[in-house]
Amino acid sequence: MSTASTDKNLAHLADFHDEAPLVKGNLKFHDITEIVSSHTEKKTPLAWYGAFSLALAGLMLLVGMIAYLFWNGTGVWGLNNPVGWGYAIVNFVFWVGIGHAGTLISAILFLFRQQWRTAINRSAEAMTIFAVICALVFPTIHVGRVWAIYWTLPLPNQMGMWPQFKSPLLWDVFAVSTYFTVSLVFWYIGLVPDLATMRDRAKGKIRRLVLGVASMGWTGANRHWRNYEKAYLLLAALATPLVLSVHSVVSFDFAVSIVPGWHTTIFPPYFVAGAIFSGFAMVVTLLVIARKIYGIENIITVEHLEKMNIIILLTGTMVGFAYITEFFIAWYSGVQYEQYAFVNRMFGPYAWAYWTMMSCNLFFPQFFWFKKLRRNITFMFVISIFVNIGMWFERFVITVTSLHRDYLPSSWDYYTPTIVDVLTFVGTFGLFFTLFLLFLRFMPMVAIAEVKGVMPEADPHFYDHEGDGHHAEHAVEPSTQQ
Amino acid sequence: MLNSLARDVKASMSIYDAGDDKVYGLLAEFAHPGELLHAAEAVHGAGFRHFDTHSPFPIHGMDKAMGLGNSTVGWITLVGGITGLGLATLMQWWMGAVAYPINISGKPFFAVEPSIPIMFELTVLLASLATAAGMFALNGLPRPYNPLFYSKNFSRVTDDAFFLHIAASDDKFDQEATAKMLQELGASAVETIHDHGTEEND
Repeated sequence: MSTASTDKNLAHLADFHDEAPLVKGNLKFHDITEIVSSHTEKKTPLAWYGAFSLALAGLMLLVGMIAYLFWNGTGVWGLNNPVGWGYAIVNFVFWVGIGHAGTLISAILFLFRQQWRTAINRSAEAMTIFAVICALVFPTIHVGRVWAIYWTLPLPNQMGMWPQFKSPLLWDVFAVSTYFTVSLVFWYIGLVPDLATMRDRAKGKIRRLVLGVASMGWTGANRHWRNYEKAYLLLAALATPLVLSVHSVVSFDFAVSIVPGWHTTIFPPYFVAGAIFSGFAMVVTLLVIARKIYGIENIITVEHLEKMNIIILLTGTMVGFAYITEFFIAWYSGVQYEQYAFVNRMFGPYAWAYWTMMSCNLFFPQFFWFKKLRRNITFMFVISIFVNIGMWFERFVITVTSLHRDYLPSSWDYYTPTIVDVLTFVGTFGLFFTLFLLFLRFMPMVAIAEVKGVMPEADPHFYDHEGDGHHAEHAVEPSTQQ
Repeated sequence: MLNSLARDVKASMSIYDAGDDKVYGLLAEFAHPGELLHAAEAVHGAGFRHFDTHSPFPIHGMDKAMGLGNSTVGWITLVGGITGLGLATLMQWWMGAVAYPINISGKPFFAVEPSIPIMFELTVLLASLATAAGMFALNGLPRPYNPLFYSKNFSRVTDDAFFLHIAASDDKFDQEATAKMLQELGASAVETIHDHGTEEND
């Protein structure tokens, strides 16, 4: 059924969309409710326990590594002079960056009225929140004297001491914590109607009570929807500049210091593009698996994945363009330190990291120019993994290659991470997947109300030419394709 | 005067008072969003004000059909945003230039430029929190008890059912005449909702 000619013949039948329908398989409103909420109601599958144990083991590893670090100090990491920023900052930027795709999907695509976002925004926002939690681990533990971390907050204290607001590192504290809070609020607001759906289906008393409290007594009243939709729009409008600002502020950590390879004005937009790039790759990685296991291929369709792959192609090319621009500017500036920093990246001791980054971020996503490849599930999964790896290496290259050879050749050194560095990073994946698996188990992983809202049957004028208005099931032929 | 103001504010949150006979209102079910929209238009046209539609998702054009204006949540956002901006400016000036001035490379103790990131962040933070809190406040949520929950059918409102509820507190409400009107508008079922309060917990 999914041949090109069938698509063409059916295309003119679609009244409300000039593209493939957002929801496939001729699903009705109730089917959406059923498909999404049944996964939170059924008996926990054995496979979930398996995956969860693995994730929990990773989390334990993280806790162990952090305890070891606290006991011994940052000497257990591979940091040296001049490389004073290693894995901690690389991982921090990596995880914050991943979070950005969720906000892009939930806020920016909302403002651009991209209705396909409804199928993926819930899980992408969850990913954002969990990724930011992973990110927040690193600045917290890398300060060395972790018991003094509260000095970064403007809290009154007996020393009469206040934070130094001229430091970009402090801007980071405000940017990332604001980002986390706003993402959480946005996510919760989106969840309220769906929690009410689950409340109304709940069988057990405790389950109904918990969901009843969490859904605040939501009844789908139009007087409520009116304020709700306005608030949602405003939150999207606030989150849009916020998400752009967060990675800009992260890039200031680098760009404001006078280090060759860091001190460039291209950093904020380049970091933001890279963040969205890596985040979308992570969304594809997660959803390719989740949609299969949870049988929601009709809600998160190949079209959704294809659109995400197009964004990966676009942002990947932007990032690649930024790499090349950096080189040009380094050469054009005529500053020999700057020029050396970039030649050293390409051909120096970290050339392996540099070329890993280049091939994963610039070269591999170019395959998505081909429609066949960007609709191929296996292929996109592999590419998304490559992009995740590539974007981690980008942060490694920026941080380590710029630092390891600074102005004075006598202080040059080579940075190698220790096993504690590596295991701490591996452990954050444990933290991430622990949270993500809990989310998949207990929360509606698709925004039920929003998906219903973009179905053609949700439009009150859909029924205008149907006479008695009881023929909704005949009006969705295009969705039978594939 | 104050009572009627409170009544109107509560009505804007979809909260109504039951009469002495404990009748809260009439709940009518409609087949789909199109019918619900037309029914809401007709009910509003007939002069009812204490009524609301309930649907699993927001229905396009329903605000107009019910005669509702623009949501005022934006003003709360604005107040939150201005508060955040003011707080961030004051905080950075007072902490940096008054309470704990430190000379760093001869830079001014307070200047607008390095203060912008935190001014922006706190503006967004407080505006967002105000938006969320304002939305719930304007909606009268959380509201754990709602007489509508007594209806067995009503649990489908978050799934695939579309309801119109006319409250007994409306001046035009007449149990029989209003029920008849709802049936004529095409309601597939009309149910009387009683406000039993929370004590009658089965």
